[in-house]
Amino acid sequence: MARITMRQAITDALREEMHRDENVFIMGEEVGVWGGTYAVTRGFYDEFGPRRVRDTPISEMVIGGAAVGAAMNGLRPVAEFMTINFAFVAFDAIINHAAKLRYMFGGQMKIPLVFRSPGGGGRQLGATHSHTPDVIFAHFPGLKVVSPATPYDAKGLLKAAIRTDDPVLFIEHATLYQIRGEVPEGEYVLPIGKSDVKREGSDVTIVGYAQGLQVAMEAADELAKEGIEAEVVDLRTLRPLDMGPVIASFQKTFRAVVVEEGHRSYGIGAEVVARLQEEAFDYIDAPIKRVAQLEAPLPYSRELEQSALINKQRVIAAVKEIL
Amino acid sequence: MDKAMLLEWYRQMVLIRRFEQKSAELYQLGKIGGFLHLYVGQEAIAVGTIAARRPTDHIITAYRDHGHALAVGIETKAVMAEMLGKATGISKGKGGSMHMADVTRNFWGGHAVVGAHLSLAAGLGLSESYRETDNAALCYFGDGATNIGYFHESLNLAGVWKLPVLWICENNQYGMGTAVSRASAVSAIMQKASAYGMEGKQVDGMNVFEVYKATQEALQAIREGKGPQFLEMLTYRYEGHSMGDPLRYRTKDEVEKWREDDAIGILERHILENDVATKEELDGIDHTVEAELTEAVQFAEESPLPAPEELFTDIYVED
Amino acid sequence: MAEYIVMPKLGFDMREGVLNTWLKDVGDLVNKGEVVAEIESDKATLDLEAQVEGTLLAFLEEAGAVVPIGANLAIVGQPGEDISGLKGGVSAVQKPATKEAAPAPAGTTAAATAPAAPSGEAISAEFPAGVKATPVARRLAEERGINLAQVDGTGPNGRIRRSDLEAYVAQPQTTPVVTPEPTPVAAGPDTEEVATTRLRQAIGRRMVESKTTVPHFYVTTEVDMAEALALRKQINAALPDENKVTINDLIVKAAALALREFPNLNASFAGDKLVRHQRVNVGTAVAIEGGLLTVVQKDTDTSTLSKVAADNKTMIARARAGKIKPEDVTGSTFSVSNLGAFDVDHFIAIINPPEAAILAVGSVKQVPVVVDGELTIGTRMKVTISADHRVTDGAEAAQFLQVLKGHLERPLRLLL
Repeated sequence: MARITMRQAITDALREEMHRDENVFIMGEEVGVWGGTYAVTRGFYDEFGPRRVRDTPISEMVIGGAAVGAAMNGLRPVAEFMTINFAFVAFDAIINHAAKLRYMFGGQMKIPLVFRSPGGGGRQLGATHSHTPDVIFAHFPGLKVVSPATPYDAKGLLKAAIRTDDPVLFIEHATLYQIRGEVPEGEYVLPIGKSDVKREGSDVTIVGYAQGLQVAMEAADELAKEGIEAEVVDLRTLRPLDMGPVIASFQKTFRAVVVEEGHRSYGIGAEVVARLQEEAFDYIDAPIKRVAQLEAPLPYSRELEQSALINKQRVIAAVKEIL
Repeated sequence: MDKAMLLEWYRQMVLIRRFEQKSAELYQLGKIGGFLHLYVGQEAIAVGTIAARRPTDHIITAYRDHGHALAVGIETKAVMAEMLGKATGISKGKGGSMHMADVTRNFWGGHAVVGAHLSLAAGLGLSESYRETDNAALCYFGDGATNIGYFHESLNLAGVWKLPVLWICENNQYGMGTAVSRASAVSAIMQKASAYGMEGKQVDGMNVFEVYKATQEALQAIREGKGPQFLEMLTYRYEGHSMGDPLRYRTKDEVEKWREDDAIGILERHILENDVATKEELDGIDHTVEAELTEAVQFAEESPLPAPEELFTDIYVED
Repeated sequence: MAEYIVMPKLGFDMREGVLNTWLKDVGDLVNKGEVVAEIESDKATLDLEAQVEGTLLAFLEEAGAVVPIGANLAIVGQPGEDISGLKGGVSAVQKPATKEAAPAPAGTTAAATAPAAPSGEAISAEFPAGVKATPVARRLAEERGINLAQVDGTGPNGRIRRSDLEAYVAQPQTTPVVTPEPTPVAAGPDTEEVATTRLRQAIGRRMVESKTTVPHFYVTTEVDMAEALALRKQINAALPDENKVTINDLIVKAAALALREFPNLNASFAGDKLVRHQRVNVGTAVAIEGGLLTVVQKDTDTSTLSKVAADNKTMIARARAGKIKPEDVTGSTFSVSNLGAFDVDHFIAIINPPEAAILAVGSVKQVPVVVDGELTIGTRMKVTISADHRVTDGAEAAQFLQVLKGHLERPLRLLL
C-alpha cells in the first residue's frame, strides 16, 4: 500500500470518479487553470477540459445554486468553495436549497452534489478565514456533512459522497492536506454516516473527527506512554451522526473526552455529550469533557492563535481530569 | 394561430384566475395556511411563455407559482390538494402554496427565497449546456428579485458561460409594497440585463400574444447559441402581495386603470372580434373551468392528510 | 491538645459498631490502652481501648448509638480545655446537615454557628443519606444489590465511582445482597418482640446471600471413626486438659490435609474466574449466645494436631466469652460445622461466602454394620459436604470425601 498525502487521496478520488461517470464535473473558483488553490485539481483542466473543470467567477451564491440546479437535472457536480468561510455566502443555496428541495417537493427531486471546501484554523489567516463551522451545517436535516481525518477515509468517503444521490458537504481541514497515510491501490468506497474506531483502548474514549481526530491520536500516543489506553473514535460524518461505536466504546470505558476544532459552545461535543447522557446514562463514571476552540475569534498573531486552538496537551489534561 | 390554441390559452387563463379567487376564499375560511400569493392579473405571462416552450425546456419560478403550475399542466386537483396540505398534493402536502413542482413536466418549482432560484435556473441551463442539447430553462422572477445578489451572480454566470436560460422578469410594479422606482436604481429593469451581455426587451405582459411571440423569439435565439436572453414583462397584480396586504402603497384608481387592459379581456376581445369562437363557446369553457374547480376543491377537501411517517420521508434518498 | 476517641475498625469488613456501654465518665482520667467502652461489632462484643491519654472531656455518642468506623466517640484532653471547635467538626460528621441549618438556640456552643465545614467534612455530612455516586456506579450497585452507603468513594468530592464499587465487590466476604423484606408478622398479645443482635443480623444477611446466590449441592458419606477415636484416646492420655484433642480437631485436620489435594474446594468463586487460596485455613463454627461465629485455624494443613487443638480451644473460649479477636474470625478458606455433640444423625450446612464448601458433621454413633458378610457393631459418623456448583461438581466433592474418610479411618497421618 502506498503512503500518500490526503491531498493526493482527494485528487485521486476526484479523478477516478470523473473517469467513471461522465455526469461528474468540477466547478469553483480557480479549480481549472490555476489547478485549485490547494492544488487538489492540478492537471484536471488539461485532462478533462473546460466543460468538466469549470472556473467560476467569484460568486459563491451562484456556485452553490447552480450546482443545485445542475444536480436537480441529473448531473453530479462537485462544487468547491475556496474555503468554508466563503460557504457562508452560499449558506442559502446549501441549506435552503441543496438540503431542502427534495423534501419540500415531496421527494420528486434528487440533489446528487458535493460541496467541497477546505476549512480550519491555525494558519494565521485572521478571524474570517479560520473558521471550523462544520456543526452549523450539520444542524440541518437534508444535508450530509463529512469531514475525514485520514487519506484513506478522505478518498473512500469522497467517492461515496460523489456517488450518493444526496447533497454532501465535504469539509477538508486544510492542515491535513499534508498528512500521509496508507491508501490501497484501486477502487474502494467507504460508507457515509459510519463512525470508526481508530485506536482501541479500555481506559477512556476520545471522540474526534478531522483535525480533532489527529489531535486525539497524538494525545492517545502520549497517554499510552503513561499506561493509559485511550480508545479513539473518529466520527467521520457529522450528519448523519453515527453514535453506535461511540456508545459501544463508552460502555467499555465509562468516560469520554470529545475533541473538536470548532468552538466549544453548541459544538459537536455538546451533541455527543448530550447523546451519551441520553443513551448511555447508566455508564457514566465521570463528567464527559470537551476540548474545543476557545470562545474568541481567531487572531492573526501566531502564538495568540495557537493558544485558542486545540492541542494534545489539552486533551491529555482533560483525560487525566476524569480518570 | 389556430382556434384550439387560443381557446386553450383562454381556458388556462380563466382557470388560473378562478383558481386564485377560489384559493382566496379557502384561505379566508382557514383551509389554506401559511402565505398565499395570488397571480390574478399576471395570467398572460405564465400561459403565453409556457405555450412557447418545448416540454423539454425547464420552468422555474418564485413563490407566486400556482399559475405556472396550472399552465404546465399539473392537474388542478393536485395543485388544490397541495394548497390544502393534503397527501394527494403535487408535493405530498410538504410544500404548500409556494412550493409546487412537477419534475415529470420539467417544472422545478415555486421557490420562496427571493432571487435564489435564479441560481438554480443557471444550474438547469448548465445541465443542458453540459449535455450539449438545445433545451432552455425559463426562469421567472419579480422586479424585486433584480435587486438581490443572486440576480447579478446568476445573470453574470449565465453570460460568462453562455447558459441557455431565458430570464423572465414579471415586473408587476411592486416588490411587496415597494414600487420599482423606490427600490431599483434603474426603473427599466431590462437595463440591468445589459450589464451581463444581454440586450433585454420589454414586453406587454398583459397581452398573451406579445408574450408568446417574444418568448418564441428569445428561445429561438437561445437555441441558436446566442446565450441567455432577458425579457421584462410589464404586468400588474390586481390583488395584494399576499393575503392580508393592506394595499397602502397604491391607489384604487391605479388598479382600475390596469384592469382596463386585463389579460383575459384582451384575449377574449381578440377571439370574439376575429370570430375565432362565439361568446357561447367561451361561456362553455367558463363552465367547464367552474366544474373542474369545484371537483378539485372537493377532491382536496376529501383527500387524506399526510401520514405521520411522512414527516421523515424524502429527507434523503439514501438514509 | 484535645483528641478524639474514635470507633475502631475491628475486622476488615466492619463498617460500623454499636457503642454498648461507656466504662468511664466525663472527668475521668484515661490512660492509653485502658478499656473505656464496650463495642459490639457484627461478630463480637469487644473492648474499646483508648489510644489517647488525658481527661475524658465529653461524650459525643451515647450508649446504644450505631457509629460508623472512624467516627468520633469522645474527646480527651486537658481539664478545662476549650473544645467547642472540636465539637463543631464532630457534629458535621454525625448530625444530618438539615439540623445544622436550624437556627442556633441561645447558649449553644460556637460550634452551631461555626463556618461551613471544609468540603471533605461536608461530604461526610451527607453520607450516607445523600451518597454521591456516578450513574454507572448507581446502576451496578442496583444490579448487584449493594448498598452504596457502605462503599467508599475515591472520586472528586468523595464520589463513588465504578472502580470503588469493583473494589468493594472484590473484598472477600463483603458482598451483601439485598435481603428480601421478611413476611410481616402481626404483633399481638401472643407474641413477644425480641431485638435481634447485630451478630444475628449479620448471619442473616450472609446466609441469605449464600443461599440465594450460591448454587449449593450436597454429598454425604459415612466414616468409620473407630480408629480415630482410639487414637484420640491414646493422645489425650498424654496431654494436659488444655491441649486435649477433640473429635472436631481430628476432622478439621483431616479436612485440611484433604483440601491440599483438592484446591478447587479451597477456593472462592470470583465471577469469571476461580481464586484458589494458597493457605488452607479451616474455620470451625462455634455456637455462642445470640448466634454463631467461625473461628479460624490459620495454615491448618501445616499445623500440628496439638496446635490445632490448643488454638481452637483458646479461640472458642474467647468467642463464648465475647472476647473474640478480629483475627480469630477472619481468613477462613473452608468451614466445618459440627453438631456431633447434639445427637445429630447428619445435616447440611450453608456455605460461608466466599468459601466454596462447608462440611457438616453429625454425631459419632454405634450402629449395626455388615463387615465381611457378618452383622456387627460399628462406630460411624456421617459427614455432608455443601459445595458451590460454580466451582466444583459432585464427583470432585465425592472424591474429596473419600480422601477425608481415608484420613480419618487411618488417622496416624493426622499426626505427621
